[in-house]
Amino acid sequence: MTDMQVRPAEIMIAAIAPMLQDLSHVAVGAQSPIPGSAALLARHRSGGRLRVSILGSQKHNPFTDGGRELFDCAGQGRIDAFFLSGGQIDGGANVNLVGVGDIANYPRADQRFPGSFGSSYLYFVIPRVILFREEHTPRTLVKTVDFISAPGTSSPDVYRPGGPYALVTSLCVFTFDKKRARFTLKSLHPGVSKADVRAATGFDYDESADVPQTELFSREDLTVLRTTIASEVAETYPGFAARLWNV
Amino acid sequence: MTAQSSIMTTTAQLAARIPNGAKIAVPPDYSGCAMTVVAHLMRRPVRDLHVVAVPQAGFQVDQLIGAGCVARVEAAAVTLGEFGLAPRFTAALKAGTIEILDATCPALQAGLQASEKGIPFMPLRGIIGSDLLRVRPDWKVINNPIAEDGQHDPIVVLPAIRPDIALFHAAKADRAGNVWIGVRRELMLMAHASKQAFVTVDEIVDDNLLHDPALAAGTIPALYIHAIALAPNGAAPVGLAGHYAPDRKALKAYADAAKTDEGFTKWQRHMLAIALEPA
Repeated sequence: MTDMQVRPAEIMIAAIAPMLQDLSHVAVGAQSPIPGSAALLARHRSGGRLRVSILGSQKHNPFTDGGRELFDCAGQGRIDAFFLSGGQIDGGANVNLVGVGDIANYPRADQRFPGSFGSSYLYFVIPRVILFREEHTPRTLVKTVDFISAPGTSSPDVYRPGGPYALVTSLCVFTFDKKRARFTLKSLHPGVSKADVRAATGFDYDESADVPQTELFSREDLTVLRTTIASEVAETYPGFAARLWNV
Repeated sequence: MTAQSSIMTTTAQLAARIPNGAKIAVPPDYSGCAMTVVAHLMRRPVRDLHVVAVPQAGFQVDQLIGAGCVARVEAAAVTLGEFGLAPRFTAALKAGTIEILDATCPALQAGLQASEKGIPFMPLRGIIGSDLLRVRPDWKVINNPIAEDGQHDPIVVLPAIRPDIALFHAAKADRAGNVWIGVRRELMLMAHASKQAFVTVDEIVDDNLLHDPALAAGTIPALYIHAIALAPNGAAPVGLAGHYAPDRKALKAYADAAKTDEGFTKWQRHMLAIALEPA
């Protein structure tokens, strides 16, 4: 059935959703439709037990104390998972949201990104930060970032209950080992080879001899995603939901 | 003249009270931007503003930068969101005509909280190891003075941020000068932390907002408010959450036009002609 063909963004959603299983509270940024969809799907699978807070949503945003509440909540350890993207992400899971170019010329970067947002803080205090970046190229996944908005790891004396857990792209899933400060190729999306990932990645990482395929949706899950979840996603991310699911 | 009548003013007079070089705190696009005042500031134009974004900036600030009103932006991010990079901000940085104080959201909030409390700094977890510390020499790392003896526990301290003026738009105010903001409590933080708060509102109501407990919890008391001007639909085109949606067509038109200097100039001329009818 061609209408059950899984689309690229849906593969990323399928890869992220299981990482949220058994958690209590997941928060999602205002410009993170793929993680937002994954979180709402995980909530559905949990029978509503998983709490999902989406910034910019009227319906899924419980906060009443202004912009700072998310950060205070995270600082207290009340948020289990969050998502970060980056203009550049490197092999040490350092994230750059500021700009590309000679740092000596800061702030006159060759290419300026919007800025660090909450990354420099949330990366330290949320236990399971899932990095996501659709574009998987040597331009985005680099050996060393030009500017560290948020470091992947810290020295032992730095208070850090949080940090990177995985990196999900349009090609594959990496997991991150904090002790070794290194990614491992965990699964490949359908039709993608180990060599494809190696060629598209600017940083070095580990891989085993047999890398499994990313687990996809059951037919039932895909139907739920495209009906119930799609209409919920449309409330916060209307452009995304319209492009992907025509809702 | 009574105290309350001196608070009530017009958008033009309110804008005139924002001097060159003022340090102004503004909310993000979704939280109530005083766009009518922004138009007045662009027409004048005001110069050398230090804009404190609480905590991120968008259309409002990009327009002020394009009109040459801004010397310095202090923000966790400047972006037009789904409409892309902020074009005038990006161009001005490249040209070296503005200064950026890169921050992270909770650092701005913590700096304002320090001002709320009248204390010189606020500690915050995180940030250590970020290049933000390198480009923000005003942010310091100290050892946690409360840590157990001999324990090394580095923590960042952020200087208090004390804006001259908080500028924003809200749904309503009463005649006593109280301003209802609902759950948009970053506006409360801005008003508390700033020396003065200038506000435009969609409507001015007769009943005192503090007399209704359901409304009072979401109301900034007049104690913190220094000027209120009536500006129906005053947050358009960026919109006011829960009241009116962003005008996506207008925002797209801006994002397209502002990609070039000429495009911005043309957009600005057209916008000012519509937004500011002759007094």
